[in-house]
Amino acid sequence: MVETLKKYPAEPLKCWNEAKNLRKSYYENYLNAHEKGGLRWAGGAWSFSAVPAGLGEDVYSVTGEPYGATIAFHKDFAAKCHDAVEEAGFPRTLCAYMRNYWGALLLDKFILADGTIVDGYPTPDFIWQDHICCSHGKWYEVVKWLEKKNGKEVPMYCTDVSVGYSLEDPEDYKVEYIVGQLRDGVEWLEKVSGRKYNDQLLCDAVWNEMKATSLWAEICALNQAVPAPLDEKTMYSLYVMGTLMKHRPECAEFYQTLKEEVKERVDRGIAAVPYERFRVITDTQPPWGFLKIFREMEKYGVVSLGSLYSFGLIGMWEYTPDGKWVPKPAPKQKPETREDALRAIVEWTLNRPEWAHFFRPELKTKMMKSIVDQWKADAVLLHYNRGCEGLSVHIAENRLGLVDAGIPVFPFEGNMGDEREFDLAGTTARLSAFFESMGLKKLKE
Amino acid sequence: MMTAGVDVGAKMAKVVILKDGHVLSRAKGLVGFDILKSAGDVFQKALKDAGISRGDLQRVAATGMGREAVLQKPPINADEVISEVVADAAGACQVVPTAKTVIDVGAEEGRGIKVEGGKVRDFVINERCAAGAGTFVETMARALEVRVEDMGPMSLRSTNTIPMNAQCCVFAESEVVTLIHAKTSKDDIAKAIHDAIAGRISSMVLRVGVEKDVVLIGGVALNPGFGPPLEKELNTKIIVPEYPEFVGALGAAVIAANPQR
Repeated sequence: MVETLKKYPAEPLKCWNEAKNLRKSYYENYLNAHEKGGLRWAGGAWSFSAVPAGLGEDVYSVTGEPYGATIAFHKDFAAKCHDAVEEAGFPRTLCAYMRNYWGALLLDKFILADGTIVDGYPTPDFIWQDHICCSHGKWYEVVKWLEKKNGKEVPMYCTDVSVGYSLEDPEDYKVEYIVGQLRDGVEWLEKVSGRKYNDQLLCDAVWNEMKATSLWAEICALNQAVPAPLDEKTMYSLYVMGTLMKHRPECAEFYQTLKEEVKERVDRGIAAVPYERFRVITDTQPPWGFLKIFREMEKYGVVSLGSLYSFGLIGMWEYTPDGKWVPKPAPKQKPETREDALRAIVEWTLNRPEWAHFFRPELKTKMMKSIVDQWKADAVLLHYNRGCEGLSVHIAENRLGLVDAGIPVFPFEGNMGDEREFDLAGTTARLSAFFESMGLKKLKE
Repeated sequence: MMTAGVDVGAKMAKVVILKDGHVLSRAKGLVGFDILKSAGDVFQKALKDAGISRGDLQRVAATGMGREAVLQKPPINADEVISEVVADAAGACQVVPTAKTVIDVGAEEGRGIKVEGGKVRDFVINERCAAGAGTFVETMARALEVRVEDMGPMSLRSTNTIPMNAQCCVFAESEVVTLIHAKTSKDDIAKAIHDAIAGRISSMVLRVGVEKDVVLIGGVALNPGFGPPLEKELNTKIIVPEYPEFVGALGAAVIAANPQR
């Protein structure tokens, strides 16, 4: 039996094309950096990307995780990458993003945002990474090793961030441990690039990053509205700017534009899912090659509002004294010296919510419960993601915490970057069972 | 009101015709390559046994992995499709109203469902593995060169416990071959196989928690060798209703009779 329901007005985002163009030019800028005399660096999306910005405005990066996700989205290329990596002797149990990245390197091909594949992997001038999970540092050690096999020497600097997440103001010893490494890192950057370091550019980049990451949280907070103005599938195309270029001015500017548009959608009651009647959140990266599962959900009138992952990987949040989880405002003043800037970005980063679960799973559960409560979610879909040990760690414990709180939870197995480990038909069938068990029926086509 | 529930499973299609809460007929048969035809034949048999025609049925609901194949397609012309989990819960609570935990083990899937008054509270399904399903017993029966229906009685004759370590149907078959070569009796091997499947199903069901009454349904519930080790693993008594393999179809028929549920 099918049902017909109230339909909310819906319309596409006006800034959608701007988002597409930003992402397109990001990869092209990296690819073509040398033609303009610029520099290229590689590293993780969680690295302190504001620091290399002090080398000049013509310094471009490609961040590994979004690049791995882009490959995963283009499944034919991803399959070739997996073959190349396995042929080289690496096991398929490793981080799927990392394997995709290595695969492209082994194939000596570079994929652009629109799926265009370019011959010749653009070698970075240096690697700037941090070691947030078991794979992150090792990832680029292998990149360095693979490049060396091709006769290219790529210097690498890796910051250890094992001091962990802080829910409130981070302790001094944690901050000093990382700031000390970044001070050395600035000297290292000067040495490997041959450029004089510009502290003013560093201050600007730190300032941009704080504004951008605070703005993204404000955008996510607007999704508390009913109907939700954004759905998570769309949000993936928007949050990604923060994973690519969180320190660049165009990122903060884009998020300011987006925030205004989303606010306007809320004011006018514009919905992301016209038949919204059931609200869920998810967890960890989705299976990127199978984002159609979000469209399957819509057939039941289900909107995915986001997740701790999409809200807190980039967005900055804090708890108010009365226990509300709210966007953390950027500091009122821009840092003015190298020391101030390094300290500011480290203190800021140590509050990043998506770091919590590495160290304290109960904090992740607490934040997920806050999201369920404040965003008025009816259930949680947990992706037991075999492709990311880092974000999957403790996820079963998070499930128990949510279940104990009386929140319906649907776990499903998959892999963010390796389609061989995701069963679309099976997952869709189980999702249907879950929604039916929640009293939902498929909507009339 | 007369309704029908059609459960198109991985191996068998089951049909239940219901009139005002009472079962008029049941029929089952193998699902072949042509799902619609084989399920349709079973449906026609159930209609014939009940002495009615399709036009006498107010509603027909389909469940099981092949349910979409019979939606609004003759001869079944199912009016709606329902997931196995929801149908199982409704059916189990129809036959055992005190049920709180339903365990459904079919040919290719095992499910654990927490229920309350016929509604699903939580559920878990085995993921992409036959090691916790009826196919596992069939495969092992082939390795032992015995009939699958003999496996249960054989296992009940054994008093020895032989652990099977393999977590995979394919590797478990190799383990069975090794046991055969080691001159282990077939009864002991049959018990080891049932202990293994019970272990896998129980560890899955424990993820949603076990509350009395526990009801075992699905085709594997007909196997007398499976219930005892499962009771031991879960440390609780298990109720196996009459016609356990028809419970999903019954649930679909019950739901079809209450479309505004």
